[in-house]
Amino acid sequence: MDKIFRVNMTDLTSSVEEVPANWAGLGGRALTSTIVAEEVVPTCHPLGPNNKLVFAPGLLSGTPAANSGRMSCGAKSPLTGTIKESNAGGTSAQQFAKMGIKALIIEGLPKEDKFYSLHLTKDGVTIAEESELIGQGNFAVIEALESKFDKKIGVMTIGPAGEAKMASANISVKDPDSKIRSHGRGGMGAVMGSKKIKYITIDSTGAGAVTIADPDKFKTAARVFAKALLDHPVAGEGLPTYGTNVLVNILNEAGGLPTRNFTYGQFEAHDNISGETMHDTIVERGGKTKHGCHAGCIIQCSQVYNDKDGKYVTSGFEYETIWGLGANCCIETLDDIAEADNIMDDIGVDSIETAVMFGVAMEAGILPFGDGKGVIRLLKEEIGNVTPLGRILGGGAGHVGRTYGVTRVPVVKNQGIPAYDPRSVKGIGITYATSTMGADHTAGYTIATNILNVGGFVDPLKKDGQVELSRNLQIATAAVDSTGMCIFIAFPALDIPECLPALIDMINARFGIALTGDDVTELGKTILKTERGFNIEAGFTNKDDRLPEFFNTDPVAPHNAVWDFSDDEIDAFWNF
Amino acid sequence: MKITVKLFANFRQERFKVQEFDLTDGTTCGAVAAQLKITEEELGVIMVNGRHAALTQRLQEGDSLSLLPLVGGG
Repeated sequence: MDKIFRVNMTDLTSSVEEVPANWAGLGGRALTSTIVAEEVVPTCHPLGPNNKLVFAPGLLSGTPAANSGRMSCGAKSPLTGTIKESNAGGTSAQQFAKMGIKALIIEGLPKEDKFYSLHLTKDGVTIAEESELIGQGNFAVIEALESKFDKKIGVMTIGPAGEAKMASANISVKDPDSKIRSHGRGGMGAVMGSKKIKYITIDSTGAGAVTIADPDKFKTAARVFAKALLDHPVAGEGLPTYGTNVLVNILNEAGGLPTRNFTYGQFEAHDNISGETMHDTIVERGGKTKHGCHAGCIIQCSQVYNDKDGKYVTSGFEYETIWGLGANCCIETLDDIAEADNIMDDIGVDSIETAVMFGVAMEAGILPFGDGKGVIRLLKEEIGNVTPLGRILGGGAGHVGRTYGVTRVPVVKNQGIPAYDPRSVKGIGITYATSTMGADHTAGYTIATNILNVGGFVDPLKKDGQVELSRNLQIATAAVDSTGMCIFIAFPALDIPECLPALIDMINARFGIALTGDDVTELGKTILKTERGFNIEAGFTNKDDRLPEFFNTDPVAPHNAVWDFSDDEIDAFWNF
Repeated sequence: MKITVKLFANFRQERFKVQEFDLTDGTTCGAVAAQLKITEEELGVIMVNGRHAALTQRLQEGDSLSLLPLVGGG
């Protein structure tokens, strides 16, 4: 039977509880958002004693279903002040599911100024004082814990940024190669740091297989599902070959590649940092073009990027990171961006928030545009060493903009806007504006239909159909985020009719239930409304569902597009 | 008329990145793809001057045509 593990950091106790009936059918984002909405005071300080940090594997995590190994992490965000769910690959979701941990809830704050660690086994949680690894980067923490325990130990850890409660701090999760995947967005690492937890180890010894109510039905559905993923050109071919970074050239062509802190829509040096160039560089240097963030991933969009001497630099080298430091900061060399990516993993900051922040920092004159070595230095010496300037930079794009009086600050609800310009790709602007998470492309990835011709086509430069597109995708994504599935299953799900029914069949076979497609849509709607309810109670209104002013006033080349949705048009998003 | 053709992802293999073409007036996007032996099935996205276009769109002097397979990311 699945259990809830609850840790109270105020009195340093833990308990193992039955799963309440109304949580039983939930997983991933549905569960973390439900728990946060039920148990966290919406007006609380995100770094205070009343916030809670919640981890929950998806409904299908731990099963043989392809691509089901994503873990959700939720809390009230110190970056946005909204509810937050951030999901990541790595080994933790599958370990949790096999150990029967439906969710881990961490509450309270320690009275003493000391750091702790949590050790999870299938029987419960041990809390211990930690001093040795304080101040260490995430790679060193993983290495030390693997030698203390063994290669199989699961690890979730924060770097110096999380210890210092910076709003861009992430939580690093060990992947199957002992490298790092991240609960990146929204400052979840700062929440973990506020609770004075440096790391969580997961020992899944003695954990059995996840129980499946109808194994035959599951196997049949899992086969259909996996076939759909492999048959689709995006999931089966494009992503494994070029990674997500294939998008640099496409967004550049479409005039939607934010360049020089969102001043232009195209970057002259786009081909230097493109997925095609990256692919050839990886092959030439003996890296890996394919790589999965969790066991059972058959899409393999990740990669291993080596330096000129064939030595490991980074993996999980994503389009958003490369766009952010590349086009948006005008850095023209992939090697500098790769080194920065490695440092961001190590010190534990979100690579999207940090890249958007550097665009603002360059506009502020802290360093020149194009200064890759400067970025590396500021990451290592300022943020990594938690200097006063490092704390300002680590506070994210909005924080740097306010500190330096910059007006071109691309954030919504104080979260950095990622790699698609909302003026020339209008659907994604609706997602940025309305998402319960602050600016988040993954919340309703309209790029699929606006740019990539997946799931039909809605003209990115026109307003028609964008609100409906974003709404449908945000509802579907909230549901997918609850299954433990990677969001890239959406590409085949939008195009191949057998894909989504097979996913629902797997959930039904796992739990012996009979959900329909409509039930899954209802789940998505309920999640969004629960999250929005929390945000409203926290003080947010429809006026927060707006893009920064400069998008209305400054046309972006080459299409000279502006953001031209009225308030009423944006607010119509919530008519469901 | 002179147009510029840009290819992306695996369309570049054994072809080119960017090339100028001198074509007869009124050539369609589809005809250029066919000339490059790119099938309709392989084609994911067609853009002319940064705007999505159909196979049947006729090109004009100075146009830039981009051909992409179905790819994605994010």
